[in-house]
Amino acid sequence: MLILRLLAGLLPVLVSLLLAGVAMAADLGSLVTNLTTGGFGDREAAINALAASGEARAAPILEALSAGRLYVRSADNLVVIGKQDGDKLALVDAVTGKPVGSAGEDELNRIRINNRLRGVIDDAVGTLTLMSPNPDMRRSAANSLFKQRSASALAAVEHAMAAEKDPAIKRAFGEAWASIVLASSDASREQKLKAIPILRDRGDADAFGMLRDAEASSDPEIKAAATSAATSLQQTLAVWEAAQNVWYGISLGSVLLLAAIGLAITFGTMGVINMAHGEMVMLGAYATYVVQQVILAYSPGLLDASVVIALPLAFLVSGAVGVLIERTIIRFLYGRPLDTLLATWGLSLALQQAVRSIFGPTNREVRSPSWMSGSFHVGQIDVTYGRLWIVLFALMVFATLILILRKTPLGLYMRAVTQNRPMASAMGIRTPRVDALTFGLGSGIAGLAGVALSQIDNVSPNLGQGYIIDSFMVVVFGGVGNLFGTLVGATTLGIVNKFLEPYAGAVLGKILVLVFIILFIQRRPRGLFALKGRAVE
Amino acid sequence: MNASAHTARSTSALLYLSGVTVSFDGFRALNNLSLLVEPGEMRAIIGPNGAGKTTMMDVITGKTRPDEGEVVFDGQADLTKLDEAEIATLGIGRKFQKPTVFESHTVRDNLLLALAGPRSWYRLLAATPTKAENDRLDEILTVIRMGAQQHMLAARLSHGQKQWLEIGMLLAQDPKLLLVDEPVAGMTDVETETTAAVLREINKSHSVVVVEHDMSFVRALGVKVTVLHEGSMLAEGSLDQVSADPRVVEVYLGR
Amino acid sequence: MIQRFLWRGLDTRLRLFIGLVLLVGIVPPLLNLLLPPSSPLYVPAYVLQLVGKYLCYASLALAVDLVWGYCGILSLGHAAFFALGGYCMGMYLMRQIGSRGVYGNPILPDFMVFLNYKELPWFWHGFNHFWFAAPMIVIVPSVLALALGWFAFRSRVTGVYLSIITQAMTFALMLAFFRNDMGLGGNNGMTDFKDILGFPVQADGTRATLYFASALVLALFLVIAGAVVGSRFGKALMAVRDAESRMRFLGYRVEGYKLFVFVLSAAMAGIAGALYVPQVGIINPSEFSPGNSIEAVLWVAVGGRGTLIGPVIGAFLVNFAKTYLTGALPEIWLFALGALFVAVTLFLPRGIVGLWGQYKARQERTKRTATA
Repeated sequence: MLILRLLAGLLPVLVSLLLAGVAMAADLGSLVTNLTTGGFGDREAAINALAASGEARAAPILEALSAGRLYVRSADNLVVIGKQDGDKLALVDAVTGKPVGSAGEDELNRIRINNRLRGVIDDAVGTLTLMSPNPDMRRSAANSLFKQRSASALAAVEHAMAAEKDPAIKRAFGEAWASIVLASSDASREQKLKAIPILRDRGDADAFGMLRDAEASSDPEIKAAATSAATSLQQTLAVWEAAQNVWYGISLGSVLLLAAIGLAITFGTMGVINMAHGEMVMLGAYATYVVQQVILAYSPGLLDASVVIALPLAFLVSGAVGVLIERTIIRFLYGRPLDTLLATWGLSLALQQAVRSIFGPTNREVRSPSWMSGSFHVGQIDVTYGRLWIVLFALMVFATLILILRKTPLGLYMRAVTQNRPMASAMGIRTPRVDALTFGLGSGIAGLAGVALSQIDNVSPNLGQGYIIDSFMVVVFGGVGNLFGTLVGATTLGIVNKFLEPYAGAVLGKILVLVFIILFIQRRPRGLFALKGRAVE
Repeated sequence: MNASAHTARSTSALLYLSGVTVSFDGFRALNNLSLLVEPGEMRAIIGPNGAGKTTMMDVITGKTRPDEGEVVFDGQADLTKLDEAEIATLGIGRKFQKPTVFESHTVRDNLLLALAGPRSWYRLLAATPTKAENDRLDEILTVIRMGAQQHMLAARLSHGQKQWLEIGMLLAQDPKLLLVDEPVAGMTDVETETTAAVLREINKSHSVVVVEHDMSFVRALGVKVTVLHEGSMLAEGSLDQVSADPRVVEVYLGR
Repeated sequence: MIQRFLWRGLDTRLRLFIGLVLLVGIVPPLLNLLLPPSSPLYVPAYVLQLVGKYLCYASLALAVDLVWGYCGILSLGHAAFFALGGYCMGMYLMRQIGSRGVYGNPILPDFMVFLNYKELPWFWHGFNHFWFAAPMIVIVPSVLALALGWFAFRSRVTGVYLSIITQAMTFALMLAFFRNDMGLGGNNGMTDFKDILGFPVQADGTRATLYFASALVLALFLVIAGAVVGSRFGKALMAVRDAESRMRFLGYRVEGYKLFVFVLSAAMAGIAGALYVPQVGIINPSEFSPGNSIEAVLWVAVGGRGTLIGPVIGAFLVNFAKTYLTGALPEIWLFALGALFVAVTLFLPRGIVGLWGQYKARQERTKRTATA
């Protein structure tokens, strides 16, 4: 099926290639005939000759040979490619690619090869993919040649470059050419001088390395050109590196945002310091683990969906635990924030130990679904799908939360209770219920964060501990009671952290960020986006 | 402390507010407010909820910094540049709407802490109450009629007793200007009358600014009245004069 | 003058308690040194080491109580001051090892040789002298407390914000001390101590002396804390705790009060840490972990915040339970600790001493109603 569709899509390309090929068909015919004669040694020479011809038909012929489907028809000595069709073989003329009827095995002589020849064919097909009708294959062939820099491929690359129609792939061939030329001792000075700007324009770290190597050249003109190209490339690379750091920072920021946003609700709108917030995150991660174990046991086909299935469950588990904590402990401690802090710290210890007793102290493995693995490039920026999903997920959670606060009755009640508790109560709002729901919401979001973190961090009983101080820093830095402040705070801290890391190392960078926030709170005790007014007191 | 350094303007008034504006997130709690209190005067400030009465007190005592305008005390000190402790040392005492006394201290210790005298931590480490200080404490205890409760923890006092203790603390502080925020909220009629009498007594030696809702109390004080509305001064004069002002009537009775 | 200041704060109950602390400080070491191991009253060395540790914890608890119980500043970073004092002592003890280390280098401690240090880092100079190390034990934590407090109190960082800042501080220090290039032993910290003031650390006599010193220091701290709390300064301090802004309106510069008591408390914690290290024989970065600071707060809460006796009782009770449970039922310990946090805040906000006070008050009231 797939092959058919592929063929249908490629048909116009094939036709044009065939038309171009007719002129050379005679030549191709003799190359193919050479495959059928002589011993294995002659056959190897014939294979290489066919590959070096750059003919479009060469690839299917060599692949058929490798697969043992290339035959000589006994009747007329025509070289054909056979394909199983019922109990007979459908035949195609190897040289022209046109169907030529069908025949049984007994009417054909298979052209035989050994393992060594199979290896020779594979190598040959590798260069041949430069001419492959599939653009992805041509691109990857160009890229691998760019890295291999083998001088023997130069002719094939030049040939492919001339034939290439797709401008992007043409450029990739050009870069491969330049890379080979610059490394080759045979290439002329003109070729090398032409190669240098091509590599500079490619603009990645590999090209930079090649230019640096070229600076060692004895030819002063090449040396000068390479140096100036390398210098200009260095600046480009610095910009890309900064962009990459911004992306890493955003990625870290999204994790911080996920961890902190639930806290922003419980701390920001209720004034409750929940030191067990990190453990709500941890519970979410373990919920993901359990969901995945169940799926693996009963319905492995759903594995890719396990993370999505875990989301609502993690929200419910952490949210329910949150409501339970609020109803049994925190509600007796309103107005005593320091006591709340101590009690919830105790809770966090007990929750950690509980999880440790149930699941054991070691890390649990949560598998990433296939749609979260792999990566792609934006310019020189390396973006992994996993991180991208987490960034998007964090933004979705944030947007949903804003909507809940602004558009739903619960949000209205929450804001009312935050601003004036006695008045809200007098208006008939059941404040205890709003408190419990608010706390449940904050905890539930921590559970969602746990699902995301299970993809990038070790799922262990200590998972939450690592995030609690960071989360508080984000909330305090952004300004208590202001969700947008939390967003800005998380992103800023994430980016600052990632920019400090290359200079100061991960640990020292973290320390510097902590010191920075400590100093920042001195200057602006109420954070970046502070609420003003008497209500704050 | 070093208030004389902040020479802003010379005026004979004890307290001088000019063009004071305070905004909270776009909402103007005070809008170009001006006010003048003469030495020895007692002034009542009235106004509906949200008129800016408490914010005005916050500005005078240094709790809130105004966005614009000047606040001058005693003809020279620019209060907008000082903090609470400095302003208190200059001689402005404040009584809060909700009585705030030090609950884990005895009545006498509460007064001792309020007593004019050393304030710095290193002097208090070694200080023992002098004879003069003890005498002054006894005197104040008599005035507020709490001699019998002087060794009781303030936490155990009734609401009315706490109000009295707070007024006693103000007396102990011996300020030039007393700011009194709703002193009779939650008091019985008899207590209200007595409070008015005590304030008039205090006014003999101190200037006083009273913020109050209770009209009968303001009438009992019998002093010049300033009406605040939406952060600005709406009217000023005797209670009878401002009561006759149609704008005041409109503000109080609604539109 | 100073004598009068010191004794004025001590009521009879506190004097009795200080006497008890001194008794605990004198009797067990004597029983350990003078009696043969076969005697039923003999106190084995490990008990001395254990109780000696508790005595240091009690001093730390008292320091925490001074800021939290009396001034309302919940510091979640006191373990950092404790550890800094401990590190100063550790550096002194490391230098005393001299050429007896594994690598036999007369100047560089073993871990530096191992990490290819060529010479002693600048901040290690002087620590071979006790006269230099001893003041450092007080100065290093005090300077940190002064710097942090000066910034924080001036910009009126209070309540939970201050708690989080102090926690971030100890967390940052922990990360820093875990680094090998801090030059303080990294992960492993410092251990294998040999001598203190020329006496072998492991010897019975040294152990007994260190134990006695810990009790003496605790007693001294009780006297100092009692004097501070009992003075007019102490009254102002508690007033700051109860109604900070009211104190400002009375003309008090609240920052000075907080700063003094914060620095005093940090110095006390540092000394406690310095006595702790030679008794347990090791100091490493995990002493900075935020959990340690909060545990110290729990001791205070259990015993009774805002009292001088409470923290000492709390430190002993909780740590005794910890020693017992982590040995007998290690799975249970964190549950018990967690439950203790919750139970104390919910049901026992004034701690054990407060409970005793409530009981006495009720008894008195019934007695009075009975006589009336």
